[in-house]
Amino acid sequence: MSRWLSIDPDLKVVLPDGTLRPMSDYEWPTVVLMLASLLLTISLFVPYWSLTMKAPQYPQGLKATLYINRVEGDVAEIDGLNHYLGMPSLNEGGKIERQISFLAVVVMASLVLAAVLVHNRWAALLALPSIIFPALFLADLKYILYTYGHSIDPQSALGQAIKPFTPPILGEGKIGQFVTLAEWGPGLYLTMASSLLVIFGLYLHRRAYRAVAQARKRANAK
Amino acid sequence: MNRIVPTLAVLLLAAGCSQGPGATPSPGAGGGLPAEVMQVAQERGLTPDDLVAAAKTFMPTGKLDPYFIFSSGGHSGQVHVIGVPSMRLLKTIAVFAPEPWQGYGYGGGPSRVLKEGNMPSGKELTWGDTHHPGLSETKGSYDGKFLFINDKANARLAVIDLRDFETKQIVKNPNAISDHGGSFVTPNTEYVIEGPQYATPVGWEYADIKDYKDKYRGLMTFWKFDPMKGRVIPEESFQMELPPYWQDLADAGKGPSDGLIFCNSFNSEMATGGIESGNPPFEAGASKNDTDFLHIIDWKKAAQVANSGKTETVNGMRIIKLPTAVAESLLFLTPEPKSPHGVDVTPNGEFAVVAGKLDPHVTIFSVDKIRKGMAAGSQQKDPFGIPILPLDSTMEAQVELGLGPLHTVFDDKGYAYTSMFLDSAVARWTLGGDYDKLNPEPGWTLVQKLPVHYNIGHIASIEGDTATPGNGFVVALNKWSTDRFANVGPLLPQNFQLLDSSKPGEGMKLLFDMPIGFAEPHYVQVMRADRLKPFEVYPQVGYNPETNQVDPKAVTDPKKAGIKRNGKTVEISMPLIRSHFTPEHVRVKQGDKIIWHLTSLERTRDATHGFALGGYNINLSLEPGEHQTVEFVADQPGIFPFYCTEFCSALHLEMVGYFFVEPDPVANK
Repeated sequence: MSRWLSIDPDLKVVLPDGTLRPMSDYEWPTVVLMLASLLLTISLFVPYWSLTMKAPQYPQGLKATLYINRVEGDVAEIDGLNHYLGMPSLNEGGKIERQISFLAVVVMASLVLAAVLVHNRWAALLALPSIIFPALFLADLKYILYTYGHSIDPQSALGQAIKPFTPPILGEGKIGQFVTLAEWGPGLYLTMASSLLVIFGLYLHRRAYRAVAQARKRANAK
Repeated sequence: MNRIVPTLAVLLLAAGCSQGPGATPSPGAGGGLPAEVMQVAQERGLTPDDLVAAAKTFMPTGKLDPYFIFSSGGHSGQVHVIGVPSMRLLKTIAVFAPEPWQGYGYGGGPSRVLKEGNMPSGKELTWGDTHHPGLSETKGSYDGKFLFINDKANARLAVIDLRDFETKQIVKNPNAISDHGGSFVTPNTEYVIEGPQYATPVGWEYADIKDYKDKYRGLMTFWKFDPMKGRVIPEESFQMELPPYWQDLADAGKGPSDGLIFCNSFNSEMATGGIESGNPPFEAGASKNDTDFLHIIDWKKAAQVANSGKTETVNGMRIIKLPTAVAESLLFLTPEPKSPHGVDVTPNGEFAVVAGKLDPHVTIFSVDKIRKGMAAGSQQKDPFGIPILPLDSTMEAQVELGLGPLHTVFDDKGYAYTSMFLDSAVARWTLGGDYDKLNPEPGWTLVQKLPVHYNIGHIASIEGDTATPGNGFVVALNKWSTDRFANVGPLLPQNFQLLDSSKPGEGMKLLFDMPIGFAEPHYVQVMRADRLKPFEVYPQVGYNPETNQVDPKAVTDPKKAGIKRNGKTVEISMPLIRSHFTPEHVRVKQGDKIIWHLTSLERTRDATHGFALGGYNINLSLEPGEHQTVEFVADQPGIFPFYCTEFCSALHLEMVGYFFVEPDPVANK
């Protein structure tokens, strides 16, 4: 792996005070952060979350699949059913988020790359959005689902029959005759992996460049 | 009875093992079937054969039949689709008769299709006598795209699109009043053939029966089919005059016989009846001679002759007159046993099998010998100058089967199956020639006769009239059911009996009786279900099944719903989705012309809506995505609820609106 990446263990870096440190200490954080950035970018193209609704008359179930910037699947049919509750279309939920999310993820991924070039503590700040992104996504999803499930119009056909609800963001729930199953998609797992990689990368990054800072201090003290 | 039980256990075990992969092993003592099965068998008096038959035909919920029967609906005018081996009726396709539940004939597009088939005079026809379904073929095998069916009573042909199982076109034969030997197709569905039956003067001329020989003719119609458009093109079609011999069934050649059509006849005596005047009745007069004539028509050459202009145009249809057909060597005759019914070409195209219903044999003609005879010509002519090829020069073999052989189909093991009307049996016999090696018996031999109940007419096997027949099942289409079903009064159902033909030799067995309580089917074809790729829902919202594209008037956006008045014409644009029409209040004035556009916005399988307007005889079926336009005059004042006629949802009863027709004080004075 190391050889294939051209991380040669015998190459050394001379620190300001003349001490040597393996060059790989400086290459690895870059590799890890780049990988984190890449995973985040890939997540743009795969589903983040899905909700499958099963009922006797839908043997195949109805499925809404959430990408970072759109909802796909049986949207028309789910909207059609939801109109009985006077609920807005699925495409009304998280409108602003879906408009900015694609760009936001690109920016986050770029900031992680930028963090590679920043060798002080501020690197952590640049990478911070990508670290908290999965949690942010889930929190926002919960909020959208809550708002959605609480937008039942009492004047609608079945408005009185179904109580406001919040579909779970993971696992089973029940709405009317539907059993719902919320699943996390590969996109969300990619952001989580990316988040962990960023934390690990930052740790390596910090360890490598703190050594430089300390060496500089030692050199200046001489 | 007690002795039967151990036998049952053994047989059932065997049956269970032969079910093939995917079968769930039954729980029970010693890995056999549950004791309950034995108990049920004992209580109901079921034999081991009965239980095997049940196991072979029972279709548990959610399992799908691997074969479809497309059955003529006889004088119901419709077509029925039945699953094999479960023998469950899957659908009735409305063709020549109104069918309210399909919105067929009650406003909208299907009503226009039905009207296309009216008589040239404009006389409305609301029934038909469907006889012979013909599935479209590519290279002599079913391609699962279209189904054609004829109306014997009125000489019409219908085109059914198998993407949505709906009738798209009805063409009225402009020069014939009755037909029979149709519909069947040439090997690549170049032409759909509608053969004649009772001879009449051509093109609505009037001629007394005294002039039968001179004026009465059979007419074989070659309807040109455009598979891209899915429509018959009457302008490119043509007809050919035949002698007034009362042509019956027909079949197109394939392989070595490609380019030929075989068609038999049963009144080469040219009997003209008149029992009331002391003349021999038709039934006697037409059965006098020992032989009738098998007609051999070179359709490829006939198409060239028609396109070279050697025709006479009558009522817009090009006709090759009989003298032209003779002069151009398009038509040959060869004697066949008297009063035959079916002529059926073997899968490899080398033989044509004729079953003479008053002769105990099937007679097998060699295509090779016929071709040689056609090339050599013949000095022997019929009264119209048509060359007759002597029987001994064209016949390959005869197999004695018994009484009343009618019609023959084939399988892939070299067996032929002939329906025996008088014997009430299915005869299995072997083909010779290249087929000889496919089964243990010698060629041209009767192998088994299995009684069926009763009076079998046609017969069908899996794709058994194509170049690539299957195996396993034969369907006996019995005209009488007599004592087979509970008494439902003096009009009885017909009886479709499913036969197991999977074992060679004398292994044919009866599996299942299906009562056909909806008219008398004639022929059926059995097709592999996997050849079909029907729509689950219409491919786009606003799809017009009449044109096979999105209708320009489709209302795909609920915001565009509305009512527009232009003088005395009111145009309503109405989308519908569970569980509402938009708009729900439609106000017009008495005497207004109403153009009502309805578009289903549904995308979910089976979410069909109906649109019924009581008092106006309007009922449409709007399947997911379908668009229809219905036009009428609001001539009755009053308040008419319109509502959904397919139980679509929990709020189906609420799917309703009001049509207010404000009275016109002047008109009502």
